[in-house]
Amino acid sequence: MTIQWKMVCKQSDLVSGAGVAAMVNGEQVALFYVPESEKKVYAIGNWDPVGKANVLSRGLVAHLKNEWVVASPLYKQHFVLASGQCLEEEVKVPYWEAKLEGDAVYIALH
Amino acid sequence: MTSTVSFLTTKPHLVVIGNGMVGHHFIEQIIAQGGHEAFHITVFGEEPYLAYDRVHLSEYFTGKGAADLAMTDGSLYDRHGVRYFTNSLVTEIDRDAQQLLLQNGKRLPYDKLVLATGSYPFVPPIPGHQRENTFVYRTLDDLDAIRACAQQVTRGTVVGGGLLGLEAANALKNLGLETSVVEFAPRLMPVQLDEKGGAVLKEMIEGLGVKVYTDTATKDIVEGESAFHRMNFADGSHLETDLILFSAGIRPQDALAHQSGLTVGERGGISVNNHCQTSDESIYAIGECALWNNRIFGLVAPGYAMAKSAAGHLLADFLGQVGVTFTGADMSTKLKLLGCDVGSVGDAHAQSQGCKVFVYQDEISQSYRKMVVSEDGKKLLGAVLVGDNSYYDTLLQYYLNGIDLPAQAQALILPAMDGAPVGLGVDALPATASICSCHNVSKQDISDAVCNGALSVGDVKGVTKAATGCGGCAALLKKVVDNELLALGVEVSTDICEHFAYTRQDLYNLIKVEGIKSFATLLQKYGKGHGCEICKPAVGSILASVWNDYVLKKEHISLQDTNDRFLANMQKDGTYSIVPRIPGGEITPDRLIVLGKVAKEYGLYTKVTGGQRIDLFGATLSQLPEIWQKLIAAGFETGQAYGKSLRTVKSCVGSTWCRYGVNDSMKMAIDLENRYKGLRSPHKIKFAVSGCTRECAEAQSKDIGVIATEGGWNLYVCGNGGMKPRHGDLFAKDLDDETLVKYIDRVLMFYTKTADRLQRTSVWMDGLEGGLDYLKDVVINDKLGLCAELEASMQHVVETFQCEWKTTLEDPDALKTFRQFVNYEGSDNNVVFVEERNQMRPATDVEKQQLIAKVG
Repeated sequence: MTIQWKMVCKQSDLVSGAGVAAMVNGEQVALFYVPESEKKVYAIGNWDPVGKANVLSRGLVAHLKNEWVVASPLYKQHFVLASGQCLEEEVKVPYWEAKLEGDAVYIALH
Repeated sequence: MTSTVSFLTTKPHLVVIGNGMVGHHFIEQIIAQGGHEAFHITVFGEEPYLAYDRVHLSEYFTGKGAADLAMTDGSLYDRHGVRYFTNSLVTEIDRDAQQLLLQNGKRLPYDKLVLATGSYPFVPPIPGHQRENTFVYRTLDDLDAIRACAQQVTRGTVVGGGLLGLEAANALKNLGLETSVVEFAPRLMPVQLDEKGGAVLKEMIEGLGVKVYTDTATKDIVEGESAFHRMNFADGSHLETDLILFSAGIRPQDALAHQSGLTVGERGGISVNNHCQTSDESIYAIGECALWNNRIFGLVAPGYAMAKSAAGHLLADFLGQVGVTFTGADMSTKLKLLGCDVGSVGDAHAQSQGCKVFVYQDEISQSYRKMVVSEDGKKLLGAVLVGDNSYYDTLLQYYLNGIDLPAQAQALILPAMDGAPVGLGVDALPATASICSCHNVSKQDISDAVCNGALSVGDVKGVTKAATGCGGCAALLKKVVDNELLALGVEVSTDICEHFAYTRQDLYNLIKVEGIKSFATLLQKYGKGHGCEICKPAVGSILASVWNDYVLKKEHISLQDTNDRFLANMQKDGTYSIVPRIPGGEITPDRLIVLGKVAKEYGLYTKVTGGQRIDLFGATLSQLPEIWQKLIAAGFETGQAYGKSLRTVKSCVGSTWCRYGVNDSMKMAIDLENRYKGLRSPHKIKFAVSGCTRECAEAQSKDIGVIATEGGWNLYVCGNGGMKPRHGDLFAKDLDDETLVKYIDRVLMFYTKTADRLQRTSVWMDGLEGGLDYLKDVVINDKLGLCAELEASMQHVVETFQCEWKTTLEDPDALKTFRQFVNYEGSDNNVVFVEERNQMRPATDVEKQQLIAKVG
């Protein structure tokens, strides 16, 4: 099976150490650019299932116990950037593979 | 014709009638012990909702919804194959055939049956009790009806001055009604309190503006003259009220037991033995419908204990052992009613043979405490507390665990005079001590949980369920957990987070002394890892306090919480609110018109805030820059409502307009606001300036309060409103303008440099050794020789002020981050507004579903 990569935006659209939102096939995606991390870019769903709003891209990026996470700006639950798993509650948000190639940011469609 | 339901299973069928807190707990207990493997389980609930937290029912009026109070969303039942039916009434038990008759006419066989039908509120048969606008306080539906009625009327009365009655009175008061309580007995809370305790409580409650009638019988309720009802009392007097709420006790819901011929007590209640079995051994009764040893227990903890014992007995064959038996329960209670602490332990009425009593009463601070001890003075038998519950936990532990009282037992209820801790260290508690009575968690259980790796209060709660019932034991739980951690040699750390082994003040000093200007440099020199949502904003705030850089500079942007990052306040639906600065609350008609125009153009919800500003709600991320463009063009500046910084300086009109004003409070407020705007501090700070001692600006409830006097200004410091209000302390009297500003400079800068992260000024001062006197020594007498530096630091902040929105609008890079989506021009389709009182507000989940359904 081949992975279908879709270009979402340019690297210059991203904010270093923080997130931005993108719309991909009608779905809201939170893209994070973390230059210190191994993968550099991450993509998870923008919908915060606890706070019930599309805001995860506006949370603070944190590094906890060797994992990159985003703290939701509403009630501060942490979501793992590499999997979408919430650390405090038994909920998970969608996760996409993401990569940087040249100036382009791609995510793998499910 | 009736039909019988049958299953494709050979497992015996266990049916639970009633899905309240106790019925739900029973199922949790069964599942926890694997009982869903042994039984096919069905549960019936009469209400439209699955079990919800009735103990915290009143919170439904203070912002919690049905979903917040729900104890399960059904997923636990689904996962373990428990069938559940809401809105379902069981109308008959046919014990001979071991079948239930349902409301819909169907019959359902059972092998074991558990009655958890609870109780219903007793409504005294006063003529007129069925009139419109009369209610009881039991279910979510009751509360909906009360709220709907309260919105139309002004006066409300609760009949019954017991625990629940006072809670209901509090709810009516919070709904904005003039509230009265009518109690038949000679005192409030007759079950838990003695005469004196009831009298003190009455005085406190009346002090809060609730009228209390004790020793009062209602003869009848008729049409009122000035209100909807008139209640005629036995002594010939009367009370006019619009809404009546009956809270005169509960009666066990035992109709099914009567119908099926189970043994029932003389005054109601289904008789049960120590396994909670009824007179029919395949039928159990638990909770408020059950009568044990001729007693009904109207609290949740005994109900949970019954559930546990019934579950254990039912599963005896399956588990090969009988669980705990029910041998009665402790009825001690601790409550905060209408803001008054009330506690009752054991034999509050001193009825035990030969008992002795200690009483402490303080009429000035309105507190009353009584201890009932055994004849030999060695054991605590009971206690009554009114006004201050900080004594409760210790007394309860002495009582529950039969611990020998100290020689000077009276010290347990006396106020601490020399600051020496009185009472029982958690060390002294035996391992069997019950810490959480709702879930029957002992000190040993907590110790085991900690040993097994639960290293925080949160983890221990998760493992043991302690403090997840009524929550009354939360403080004690924390003490026990800390104590256990200490015993294990785990240090309770003051580090700000896992990335910096320093306190906020340490970091402040490092940044200042070493001239560090970015998070990356600080992390490289003094931290480890990559930072988190605790240390990043804290360092961002310190950098802003010390250097006053633009917060959205590239290297600072990822340090900012969402409000600081987008210079606006995020609301629950992800939109933002906008607060321009209006120094001192003074605004020209022209600017007022601009605010109105902008709000109208963008369809924003508009509200005047408690701090005399105007808040515009409902702006989306991408609208923020356009809106600010317009506001700045009209001369507005950012109000920093988003930051931990100076918010408002509230003011009255002072000597300019007011007949009583002795000084120009308006000018002083504007000057102070303009001086300190933009100062980043550990917590948000508020000021107020009053033009005379009438204190219309409420300056004493602010971090910095200024009140005009004939001789100049009185300065108050470190007060606050909010959750734990505190009056400010008088710091200096009759100051001239220049000295006033000098002192404020020094106090604020000393606070900014030394307070902990998110520490309010009041907590900061309480933590200073020497408190107010020390602060005076530092600020007025320059004890530390710091005053010149404090003033210089403040002057730097004042001189480098910039309007963050103005800077942002001039920076194309910063503006880019305000796009809703990087690759799409549309808006967030989850942001949906509806109209209420001629303005828009966020749609609720239900409304969204309806709106989407309509569109679809």
